[in-house]
Amino acid sequence: MALLNELAKKKEGLVSGHRLCPGCTHSVIMRQVFAAADTDKYDIVVAAATGCFEVSSGLYPYTSWNVPWIHSAFENAASTISGVEAMYRVWKKKGKTNKDIRFIAVASDGGTYDIGLQALSGAIERGHQFLYICNDNNAYQNTGNQRSSATPFGGSTTTSPNGKVKFGKEQPRKDIMSVIEGHHLPYAAQASPSNWRDLMNKVKKALDVNGPTYINVIEPCTTGWGFPPNMAIEMAQLAVDTCVWPLYEVINGKVVINYKPKKKLPVTEYLKPQKRFAHLFKKGNEYLIEEFQRQVDAHWEWLLKREECGIEYGVTKE
Amino acid sequence: MGKKVALTGNEAAAHAIRQINPDVIAAFPITPSTPIPQAVAQFIADGEMDTELVTVESEHSAMSACIGAAAAGGRVMTATSANGYALMWEMLYIASGMRLPIVMAVVARALSSPLNIHGDHSDIMGGRDTGWIQLISENSQEAYDNLIQAVKIAENKDVMTPALVAQDGFNTSHTIEIWELEDDQKVKEFIGEYEPLYPMLNTDEPITHGAWAPPNWYFEHKMNQLKGLLNAKDVVEKVGKEFGDAFGRYYGLYEAYKLDDAEYVIVAAGSVCGTTKDVVDELRENGVKAGLLKIRLFRPFPYKELAEALQSAKAIAVLDRVSPAGAQGGPLFTEIRSALYDTLSRAPVINYTYGLGGRDTQPKHINSVFETLKKIVETGKVEKQFDCLNLRGVWR
Repeated sequence: MALLNELAKKKEGLVSGHRLCPGCTHSVIMRQVFAAADTDKYDIVVAAATGCFEVSSGLYPYTSWNVPWIHSAFENAASTISGVEAMYRVWKKKGKTNKDIRFIAVASDGGTYDIGLQALSGAIERGHQFLYICNDNNAYQNTGNQRSSATPFGGSTTTSPNGKVKFGKEQPRKDIMSVIEGHHLPYAAQASPSNWRDLMNKVKKALDVNGPTYINVIEPCTTGWGFPPNMAIEMAQLAVDTCVWPLYEVINGKVVINYKPKKKLPVTEYLKPQKRFAHLFKKGNEYLIEEFQRQVDAHWEWLLKREECGIEYGVTKE
Repeated sequence: MGKKVALTGNEAAAHAIRQINPDVIAAFPITPSTPIPQAVAQFIADGEMDTELVTVESEHSAMSACIGAAAAGGRVMTATSANGYALMWEMLYIASGMRLPIVMAVVARALSSPLNIHGDHSDIMGGRDTGWIQLISENSQEAYDNLIQAVKIAENKDVMTPALVAQDGFNTSHTIEIWELEDDQKVKEFIGEYEPLYPMLNTDEPITHGAWAPPNWYFEHKMNQLKGLLNAKDVVEKVGKEFGDAFGRYYGLYEAYKLDDAEYVIVAAGSVCGTTKDVVDELRENGVKAGLLKIRLFRPFPYKELAEALQSAKAIAVLDRVSPAGAQGGPLFTEIRSALYDTLSRAPVINYTYGLGGRDTQPKHINSVFETLKKIVETGKVEKQFDCLNLRGVWR
């Protein structure tokens, strides 16, 4: 990978002047994505789902996008990019372009795990050439922090609030990576902006894969999660170091864990600084933290075992 | 002169699409329009067209992919019916708001519930305010001719608005009729090459498509969009004439059937117009001054021209193939009546709902409408402003 000072000189795909909250990681992640893309070799075209990032970067008559960009609705970034990519194949076929164009769809967990799941599943199954990036901020943050199926167990949101008789979200997070994996696509990965080199490697790799690819990125949300705006990257790092957010790849069905914390921190380290989990630390709620830890451990152990087994999909291990 | 063929309405639409040979089609099957994407897939498999067919997992994704492909710079088409059209609803507004000249074949069908796969206009009438141009066809020939014209209308730079071409589910879509299939090359020449305005695939000039507009801009966007839609009226006339010059079948905003001196007039759209024409012919033979005003362009609604065409009428019956759903009458009725208010005519206007969910409408039913109109003129009294044709029992 290029040196940092070289990356800093690259033409930006997303420029400043957008209206994201101070401390928001959407733009941080996207700039890492553009920094990773080999833009000497190919051009990037982006489709975005409705959400924080979209409303903050494409507000008429301004735009923060230095690349062709389209937004049409909340649940259809994947089907919109399907159409764009299909059209690219037409232009290629008819000799109307000699450009190498790579396609990226960007959505958050609402537009991916929930309302956009069908469109995403269809687009992956059809085998369009695109990278889908989910910036997972664990709730519908654009409409003010309502629960999503990506909201962690115990998380208090405006539609799964902590109250006198309820403790926040009662269900564990949806394991979207397993859902995506079920499509047997060539490449899926989970990444974090705190581990930017790892994230960039994954983006670069995904953009060069022949077929649909998916990257799930943790996108700490200062307002929804309730932490100071200067702490977003620390939050992402804590998610990684507690194994709440494992960094791994699924390459043709084979799991590769990219980062194993030397000392796996207890989940309390991640939960404590966030207001959405504050109620878990009240006396009498210890069992909720235990349950949170149990869920994280179970998933981590499962991933470790899958990596150890090292089987690719459709390939029998020698 | 085209070649005479005996094929269904769906096949007429499929052949039009084959000859248009759009860059991209994204479609999801639904009765009764399923044969259209099926035929298209076969044409592609046989090398008769080279469209990229995106076999999406829903109609919502069909319209979304059409939007993506059209914004990318493509000539784009799709087909649907009823619930599929309803599932596209959100994206219909977005397609027109983004000024993407997508052309869609709609085989009009009843909306659930109760589930019913047969013809009526619940779908297209429900979508009349989505900002799309709406052309309604009486038969297979028109379904074919209108689709070809729709491409030219939608893509006109003063219009840049998506267009749908409706035909009636089963009555037209599954009925074999004799119609004229034009020469492939002549159709190709008629529609010409599509020159997209701001193709996303031109990465040298990056464009932001689908930005959001706050209160200080949204209004201007919507009114500019309306100008495009309204501009379609003149373009429909112009293209209808060009089509006539090229193929011998001329089209206007509407069809006036024995209307010049007509005293008893039915206003209707779609396949029922065929039946109505037969009844009009018979009545004329008996000296009754009956006539038909057939709606072709429903959106934008050419209210002045339609009201003008109705000036000889002494009584008018508007047939709507959709429930009034709590309005004073069906959408065609309320718009025709409203259009007449600006003219000198004070002819009574009554409304019928007919043909819901594929219910048959026979000459005797159309005859009963003319009978009622005659009675209204003779007595000067309107007994029922709204009634139903061929409904069990009596409507209220």
